[in-house]
Amino acid sequence: MWRFIGFRFLQAIPVILAVITVTFFLVRAAPGGPFDQEKAVSDQVRAALEARYQLDLPMHEQYFSYLEDLFRGDMGPSFYYPGRTVNDLIFQGLPITAELGFYALVIALVIGCLAGVLAALKPNTAQDYVPMSVAMIGICMPSFLLGPLLVLIFGIWLDLLPVSGWGNSAGDKILPSITLGAMTAAYIARLSRSGMLEVLNQDYMRTARAKGLPEYVVVIKHALRGGLLPVVSYLGPAFAALLSGSFVVETVFQIPGLGRFYIQAAFNRDYTMILGTTVFLSTLIVFFNLLSDIVAAWLNPRLRYQFRK
Amino acid sequence: MTSESGSIGSINTALEMPRGTSLWEDGWHRLRKNKLAMFGFFYLLLLILICLVTPWIAPYGYEEQNLRLGAVPPTAEHWLGTDTFGRDMLTRILYGGRISLMVGFIATAVALVIGVTYGAIAGYAGGKIDNAMMRLVDIFYALPYMIFIILLMVVFGRNLLLLFLAIGAVEWLVMARIVRGQIQSLRQQEYVEAAISLGLSPLTIIFKHLMPNALGPVIVYTTLTIPNVMLLEAFLSFLGLGIQPPQSSWGVLISYGVETMEEYPWLLIFPGLALTTTLFALNFLGDGLRDALDPKASRD
Repeated sequence: MWRFIGFRFLQAIPVILAVITVTFFLVRAAPGGPFDQEKAVSDQVRAALEARYQLDLPMHEQYFSYLEDLFRGDMGPSFYYPGRTVNDLIFQGLPITAELGFYALVIALVIGCLAGVLAALKPNTAQDYVPMSVAMIGICMPSFLLGPLLVLIFGIWLDLLPVSGWGNSAGDKILPSITLGAMTAAYIARLSRSGMLEVLNQDYMRTARAKGLPEYVVVIKHALRGGLLPVVSYLGPAFAALLSGSFVVETVFQIPGLGRFYIQAAFNRDYTMILGTTVFLSTLIVFFNLLSDIVAAWLNPRLRYQFRK
Repeated sequence: MTSESGSIGSINTALEMPRGTSLWEDGWHRLRKNKLAMFGFFYLLLLILICLVTPWIAPYGYEEQNLRLGAVPPTAEHWLGTDTFGRDMLTRILYGGRISLMVGFIATAVALVIGVTYGAIAGYAGGKIDNAMMRLVDIFYALPYMIFIILLMVVFGRNLLLLFLAIGAVEWLVMARIVRGQIQSLRQQEYVEAAISLGLSPLTIIFKHLMPNALGPVIVYTTLTIPNVMLLEAFLSFLGLGIQPPQSSWGVLISYGVETMEEYPWLLIFPGLALTTTLFALNFLGDGLRDALDPKASRD
């Protein structure tokens, strides 16, 4: 197990380094400097600005100095918001995005697993078809469509819930969380259904029933562990999907989270902010992939043995 | 499974044995029984046809404005209503569909070409080359691709060609894995050894002898990639990072629709319906094809 964890950790390092390097040079290669504003600045001001942001150094020195700062946890100043650092902006948005993502993940897991398991227990009946059709709709209905539709129905026509904001009025966290969680819930429902179906046909299930265990013990104690494995492996990708989904949801519901900052930085050509957020989010995603792999290996020993060649 | 050559065929007729069906015929029979998949197939066929002839059948001009009319709900003249400039929504959805489908097919084709070539080389070469090539795929796979596409669109400007390449460049990874797995297992078979001993070049073996047998999973995965790509395009266009005006796609139309949905909900609902039903059809067809062509992959 430790060997497996160590191996996966070592694998994550080049990935993160690759992200940093690729992002850094991509952003530096972007046409138009960060100070090409509408107002023309004098050459002296430009030189002073470039010196302040270390843009006058050769590329490789900039790169290594950025790496050095990064390891000290400093992502530099924002190009767009004067006097603010990228760290400030990220940690201002992060708690909101994390809370939104957490609610969405809970919704996705509870609804998804419940629907999938129920469907698998009675395959090819209404108990199977109804939740799986809804899941198919969930997969084909992107969040940028579902969100506005929910706002239109519950916010405007029925006037039940607030249409935007986060933590300003009662119930304004409900629609964004549902919007963000819906597609993940749909994937989880499909995964848990097929995982459970496979497990339920195994011999050890027959053994458990033959021992005279009540059906709910058979399902909960014996089937769930194996049947929900695909869901655990999916949690890493699900986390990445939730993060990129939060770009849209935060834009639709005007939530001042990390995703909205990222999109705004993209429009403002705030290069340090793009660079910093990309590195930060990527590291987060790589880390969660790692975590979900480790949990999956803990639940399913067969996955570990692949590394003992 | 495969149909036999002449002499055995004649014995079969003599014994009145049923004629052997090929894998493709088998698959087609299974697909035809799947009503949802067939619905998806014909829906897409119709949609593609309509999009191909749009310039000739569209009721109005693409940029034809009627400011005096403004936004009206569906009427006899404008089946799906008009937008705030009085432009016919049906016309705009048809033209948007051309772009959406084009992105879907071309970006998937890019992914297909890269993925198949890469996977086939890795699977055929085997050993250290294979190992190195697949480790690289693993690394790319761990990268958060959505963030990278946004980054690419920001850095290099927002044009259609780049959109194809950026999406294709991240979607080829799974394809490479599938093809590599297929080629690797097929490579052990006797007929490949026979082909090698006949002195055929690796390229001939890969493309004439191995690929036809690996085609099933490739077709299935291709069909399932198209809706992903279309979603990605709509996502980027919605955020304003994808298709730029005056061109328009379903994602662009939806993003306009959201701005005005309070007063003119049909501007959101119709493009949304167009995108969702198309994604439905593609997913149904993909699932059906998987059951039909790749029975091992479908577990239930």
